[in-house]
Amino acid sequence: MADKRKYVIPGDVVTTGPFRPEQNVVLVGDKIISTTIGISEIYDDSVKVLSLTAKYLPKIDDLVIGRVISHTSLSWELDINSCYVGFLPAQDVFGRDFSAHADELSSKLKTGDLVAARIANFDRTRDPLVTISDRDLGKIDSGDLVKISPSKVPRLIGKKGSMIQMIEMSTDAAITIGQNGWVVVSCESPEGLLKAKKAIEMVNDKAHIANLTDQVKEMLDKKGES
Amino acid sequence: MGGRDATMVLLDENGIRCDGRKIDELRKVTIKAGGLKNADGSAYIEFGDNKILVGVFGPRDVHPKHMSNTDTGILRVRYHMEPFSVTERKNPAPSRREIEISKVIKEALEPAVMLEKFPRTAIDVFIEVLQADGGTRCAALSAASVALADAGIPMRDMVSACASGKVADTIVLDVNNEEDQAGQADMPIGYMPNLEKITLLQLDGVLTPEEYKKCVDVGVQGCKDIYEIQKKALADKYFGNKGD
Repeated sequence: MADKRKYVIPGDVVTTGPFRPEQNVVLVGDKIISTTIGISEIYDDSVKVLSLTAKYLPKIDDLVIGRVISHTSLSWELDINSCYVGFLPAQDVFGRDFSAHADELSSKLKTGDLVAARIANFDRTRDPLVTISDRDLGKIDSGDLVKISPSKVPRLIGKKGSMIQMIEMSTDAAITIGQNGWVVVSCESPEGLLKAKKAIEMVNDKAHIANLTDQVKEMLDKKGES
Repeated sequence: MGGRDATMVLLDENGIRCDGRKIDELRKVTIKAGGLKNADGSAYIEFGDNKILVGVFGPRDVHPKHMSNTDTGILRVRYHMEPFSVTERKNPAPSRREIEISKVIKEALEPAVMLEKFPRTAIDVFIEVLQADGGTRCAALSAASVALADAGIPMRDMVSACASGKVADTIVLDVNNEEDQAGQADMPIGYMPNLEKITLLQLDGVLTPEEYKKCVDVGVQGCKDIYEIQKKALADKYFGNKGD
């Protein structure tokens, strides 16, 4: 596991020596320098910085929650809480025999609809291409949208999903987490919904605290009794 | 107020300046990271009597579209002085001086910001000078770099800035408004403290080569002091420690 965790700001030297620079670090000479505010972690052969603040940058295969901004006759545009807009081609929804005259895009997805999507392709030259043709993807019909900082998504999921499983178990809510920091919570009981939303916001506010899982559990249990 | 006072002593025989500082002493500097909810990142700096607020947006879509660059992101900086920031009302329209300072601050930040990670986007930096008292470009640059870090924009290093100058034939650190008006030279310096690189260097006045070298050295030392204050501002917001 990681040792020598420390807080760094841009420009801080995390370490020197033969390490592989991973997330949020650059190699300058023999120094490995942090490029963001965060917590540095040094592994056996690599170094990375877990960012405490960042905008979402699309990565291939990420699950994201998007909101339909607009559509042309051939594609939808999704707001995916990033500096780029998600591009969802009509073929993806209507299938190979899509025809621009016969099929009306707004019959499937309207402006303002929430969509669970996966980043299918993304590189520096084009806007991210998203797809909704997979299991668990597609239009989201019910649930509340909670917006958290994208840098806190890993904390909300927890180690091997421990945090999110705990919240789901104790509130009976179904939670879909987009890597872009948008989270959809749906639950049959209104109390469960409120509690789950509160737990998510708690993780967002207190992501840097060490025993957060216990604190969240305590909060969830306490509310359950009253 | 404002105008030149012929009887003012810029440097007395004990090496004390007109506002009571020693020759190598900064004015009191406080920086606060964050504070603006709607901006992606923000910072507020008080640099002596200078009060400057900086907001950062981005990376975001470029409008107008033709300004965007497919290879890299672009950085846009607006330095603006409020009408009430100086003793006599300043016309709020951008002046020749403000346009120039916007440009030099942009060019001082560009080496630090990793724009190539965000092609086809823009990062916007808005600098509002609420109160000016000499050395606003350095104060604004220091605050802008804190605001960029607060916005989570990847940077190779912070940019710290400080001015040095020549007053009463002596090289001094952090020239204030009176010294700037009556002094012999003013040299704003922007510096990346970890990479040890200078990103901004201007000089208004005449210096001998020896004085020039000394002036740069004094200014860089001042930048290192500012860097510690920037570090503390970010640590206060993100790591919750008031100490270091």
